[in-house]
Amino acid sequence: MPSINKSYEKVLRARGKQRPVASDCIAACISDFIELHGDRGCKDDSAIIAGIGYLGQMPVTVIGIEKGHTTPEKIAHNFGAASPEGYRKALRQMKLAEKFHRPVLCFVDTAGAYCGIEAEEHGQAEAIARNLAEMMTLKTPIISVIIGEGGSGGAIGLAVADEVWMFSGAYYSVVAPESCANILWKDMSHADEAAESLCLTADPLLELGIIDRKIEEPENFLKQQVNDEFFNALRIGLYTTFEKLCSKSTRELLDTRYEKFRRVGRYD
Amino acid sequence: MNLKSLFKQPQNTLEGTESEQNVKVNAKTGDFNCPGCGAPLLRTEVRVNYYSCPKCDYYFRIGGRRRLDFICDKGSFKEFDADMISHDPLTFPNYSEKLDAARQKSGEKEAVICGVGKINGYPCAVFSMDANFMMGSMGAAVGEKITKLFEYATENKLPVLGVTVSGGARMQEGMVSLVQMAKTAGAVKKHSDAGGLYIVLLTNPTTGGVTASFAMLGDIELAEPGALVGFAGPRVIEQTLRQKLPDGFQSAESTLKCGYIDAIVERPHQKNFITALLKMHNGGFCDAVN
Ligand SMILES: [Zn+2]
Repeated sequence: MPSINKSYEKVLRARGKQRPVASDCIAACISDFIELHGDRGCKDDSAIIAGIGYLGQMPVTVIGIEKGHTTPEKIAHNFGAASPEGYRKALRQMKLAEKFHRPVLCFVDTAGAYCGIEAEEHGQAEAIARNLAEMMTLKTPIISVIIGEGGSGGAIGLAVADEVWMFSGAYYSVVAPESCANILWKDMSHADEAAESLCLTADPLLELGIIDRKIEEPENFLKQQVNDEFFNALRIGLYTTFEKLCSKSTRELLDTRYEKFRRVGRYD
Repeated sequence: MNLKSLFKQPQNTLEGTESEQNVKVNAKTGDFNCPGCGAPLLRTEVRVNYYSCPKCDYYFRIGGRRRLDFICDKGSFKEFDADMISHDPLTFPNYSEKLDAARQKSGEKEAVICGVGKINGYPCAVFSMDANFMMGSMGAAVGEKITKLFEYATENKLPVLGVTVSGGARMQEGMVSLVQMAKTAGAVKKHSDAGGLYIVLLTNPTTGGVTASFAMLGDIELAEPGALVGFAGPRVIEQTLRQKLPDGFQSAESTLKCGYIDAIVERPHQKNFITALLKMHNGGFCDAVN
């Protein structure tokens, strides 16, 4: 793999609290958004925002892992760490989208699924596994965009999609570089080296076939200066890609989706 | 049973690290003390007792191939893709050395053994993971072997039995390993949609990206007594929350109470239990209606 300089710096910047978060992306790309709550099991997980709105003229289901910007916002959204109920809420909205042949758009931004006693007892692993299986055969187009942090199982639980896009300042990784350094080098100070070795930025992931498109961010990609030009281009890109995906037969759509994931790490 | 001794060992989330059961064997006699109750044990008495302590039911970790001997009819297992190995897709530091060491230690080429066999006469696709190979972690080869097995089972109308033991995704393969979660889950779903029965036997420990993909997608989820089943490893949760976890947390027994396991089955009864399930499902494949 080519060495991409400063992977770890990118990880740190992707965690920056002034970067646009899922709610910013929804506000900038989607009009008339209606938020819909709850997993119909036991709760409404505030780490995940789900609802329906318009992408241009097209009704779409939108799901985002929300981090918030300020400390109160972060606490309210559990720092973007979703619980099993959050993944189930997302799946419930995806099944509704499937019923009405409405595309699904996911904004992924999480350091990882919530790690805690209740999350384990409520089946964090089962909820993520269920989403992976259901998303693979969901009979409507899905695009997932990694907008900041793509942290491991918590991220892929909303990123089984016909197209996986990634902001150029985002990272997507099997493990946090710090944890990786801790386990392999027994020393957090090797996080830099770990980040480099994990190939967690858009360029190597594009090359490995793990993402389908890199969305180039403007310099200083901050919430305060949310860039109309950037989000206009993103909106148009999403719209035209959904149009293209919607024109496929369900069979073709699902076969292509399966094959895309099937290919990663294929052996002859 | 002393559960605490079981819970000390697995120690990671999605990534697989080595973890060994600490059994000090007397070099002269070949005897050792049970890590569960401390009782002195003889190799032979443990062997005839399905590798568990006759005094306290402590379960010794066993390799993937021994599992197959317990479950498949003698001589019936035919292995698939026995030579498939991971190719170090990221040229990750020291990974190829680790793979070599894992091959030495386990005598296996990868962390899962896949194939078809018979279970009391019932034909079944079977996979069995091996904890001695980098803690049963899932990289591209494990993902590919399991995916191919489900595809084979779908095509040949066979049920699948999977015995899991794993620390999760293999971090040395980076995102290539994480994507194996989606890939295997997709293959399980297609097998299920086609009418195939999938039985999982969770063994100690099953955590991380393996639990969060094919290990939790069984139609029927069985577990060995005391097996640790979870997403995040207990040590990681303790470090995150800065608190001690309750006794028995993530054990098969508490996971059953939480609603994620159908039944806990002791080693000597597993084969007959699985056979009974296969029989009740007419062999384990039912042509889907649509
Ligand atoms: Zn004992």
